[in-house]
Amino acid sequence: MDQIFLQVLNGLDKGGAYALIALGLTIIFGTLGVVNFAHGALFMLGAFCAVTVKALLETSKVTTDPTQLTAWGTPVEVRTPYIEAWLGDFGTLLVDFSVPASIIIAIPVMLLIGVAMERGLIRFFYKRPHAEQILVTFGLAIVLQEIVKSQFGANPIPQPAPDAAKGMVDFGAFIGFQAGSVVYPAWRLIYFLFSLMVIGAVFAFLQFTTFGMVVRAGMADRETVGLLGIDIDRRFTIVFGIAAVVAGLAGVMYTPILSPDYHMGMDFLVLSFVVVVVGGMGSLPGAVVAGFLLGIVQSFASMNEVKAILPGIDQIIIYLIAVVILLARPRGLMGRKGVMEA
Amino acid sequence: MGNTDTKRKDLILLAGFSAVVLLAPFIFGPVGAGYPDLLQKFAIFGIFAMGFNILFGLTGYLSFGHAAFLGVGSYAAVWTFKLLTMNPFVALSLAVLIGGLFALAIGFVCLRRSGIYFSILTLALAQMSYNLAYSVLTPITNGETGLQLAQSDPRSLDAMFGIDYGAVLPSSHLFGIDMTGYPGFYFCAVMFIACFYLSMRIFRSPFGMMLRAVKSNQNRMNYTGLNSRPYTLTAFVISGMYAGLAGGLLAVTDPLAGAERMQWTASGEVVLMTILGGAGTLLGPVIGAGVIKYFENIFSAFNEGFLLDVFDFLPEVIQHAAVSVSSLFVGEGWHLTLGALFMVIVIFLPGGLMEGINRLYRKFRPKGGSSDPDAAPAPAPAE
Repeated sequence: MDQIFLQVLNGLDKGGAYALIALGLTIIFGTLGVVNFAHGALFMLGAFCAVTVKALLETSKVTTDPTQLTAWGTPVEVRTPYIEAWLGDFGTLLVDFSVPASIIIAIPVMLLIGVAMERGLIRFFYKRPHAEQILVTFGLAIVLQEIVKSQFGANPIPQPAPDAAKGMVDFGAFIGFQAGSVVYPAWRLIYFLFSLMVIGAVFAFLQFTTFGMVVRAGMADRETVGLLGIDIDRRFTIVFGIAAVVAGLAGVMYTPILSPDYHMGMDFLVLSFVVVVVGGMGSLPGAVVAGFLLGIVQSFASMNEVKAILPGIDQIIIYLIAVVILLARPRGLMGRKGVMEA
Repeated sequence: MGNTDTKRKDLILLAGFSAVVLLAPFIFGPVGAGYPDLLQKFAIFGIFAMGFNILFGLTGYLSFGHAAFLGVGSYAAVWTFKLLTMNPFVALSLAVLIGGLFALAIGFVCLRRSGIYFSILTLALAQMSYNLAYSVLTPITNGETGLQLAQSDPRSLDAMFGIDYGAVLPSSHLFGIDMTGYPGFYFCAVMFIACFYLSMRIFRSPFGMMLRAVKSNQNRMNYTGLNSRPYTLTAFVISGMYAGLAGGLLAVTDPLAGAERMQWTASGEVVLMTILGGAGTLLGPVIGAGVIKYFENIFSAFNEGFLLDVFDFLPEVIQHAAVSVSSLFVGEGWHLTLGALFMVIVIFLPGGLMEGINRLYRKFRPKGGSSDPDAAPAPAPAE
């Protein structure tokens, strides 16, 4: 039982990332009708926001300390980040919490990137065939990825979680299992809660604000909303920005789990598309449910007991599920009738 | 179809194509591409793109997993070398066969859907094959190292005919002619021309017309009571066989097969080749493949020193600025150029280079009209 529970937990953080990316993809598809192959790149850009923020925070003044010698007999170099010199203890705290702190930077940056992308490129592709949308965003993904590679190099750049969240949480003890039976890294739990929060925020935004209402109306019938004198295009631009922010935040918070490198976006993109398709193209709850579901299924498939029966199943289970779902239930798990059923 | 004019033009086109391919070492010599390694690549990826074009160009089904067939073809060819014989024909036939069978299986599943779903399904299945080749199938694919020949391979057919390679690692040979250097290129070239001829016949056949009909309006096809799936599946399998052949040729010229050939970026590359040249045209994909392989070769060889020389005529400050900007795009950053090119083509010239050529042609020859049926973006052969 605790084994099963542990696997469910295991799937939740990855599932959270899938759900966040897939949510953004679905929002973009539902509002703008565009298949965005560059969405993985947005996830990757978010992760590199965290990398940049950390690098900036850690910009250090190098002084030598003549009282201490290294093994080679040279004075020890002491690096003090400027931020610590300026802000004292708060600066140290900030460096420690660089990943969560990057969220504050990442939100405006990703919003800007998203809006620029929509205005500069995507809007010219509303009326063009899906194949061309796929191709142009695929090209954009390559460009973004290569720019990041040229700036940050090809190697993964590890990002530590804050010290406070580095430890393990004895999760089993909370819910009545034997103490120590379900122990889990704290940051992964934080990631799961964080993804739930973001998802909740997006849904609340769409459900309870006037802006959200207009957007939902636009998703249902764009032309009529336009006829009512509402500038739906502008709202959709902002929606694209929000989708970019969601992907970016997913990336920022994921960095302690997976050291970011330039092709992490592509790796997640393929899976996120599968998630969207399984959940049902255009269905927001479907994307979230399918994201968590596939994350959990994947973690079960990577259990040694399962792998002993079906070797390699962990590598392909998601794709297999996608194929089966698409063939058996063309609309996906929660797809709306008539939306992209072709 | 029975139009003699079209037939004559096709014959001229085929003759011209063959002449260019066979004389390639002389034609491409002056631009620094006149050596067999690169020319082989032109031919092989030309075949790959041509096959992809039969699917995407004619039916409009955008497959994002074609590299899987190429990879499977390579593996099949290398295994033939290992187990049976070093004769390239045997290896190629098996590569084509296996590529085709694999395409049949994948196509059967994927073609139940169309549009984006089709793209995502092919992507998922190809990615699945790639993952499998890297992990569980390591006994067959040799995982990350890639499948290689070994001196101790059985090569049972060769042994039967008493061919002994001694203590050296054998290379593929056609009745004693090694498939390296120019013989290797000409072997590829002959295949290339044969494939071009085949693809031309497909374009001109009623089958080709049927595929175009699928592209223009599948619903209407269905309403007329016609089941289009056998046609699309046939197109899918044919293009899978082309990819298998290309993969086999890669193995013939260099007997090594790695899983990275199956990655989805490789699938993206063949899409780019086809789009760049012009999807749905006969010559387009070939030109696209050539252009991309040529620039890949040239651009990735550039380095900072070379760029400094190029911008030498500028004042020093501007020179260094120009070098630092352009060095992003060459050498290691070649993929950046590729991505940017991809975007530019899709945005401004969805018909590809062939459309560009055609536009120029029409601009300067307003009265002649578009007389070349293959240069038209969507060739509509006269009935």
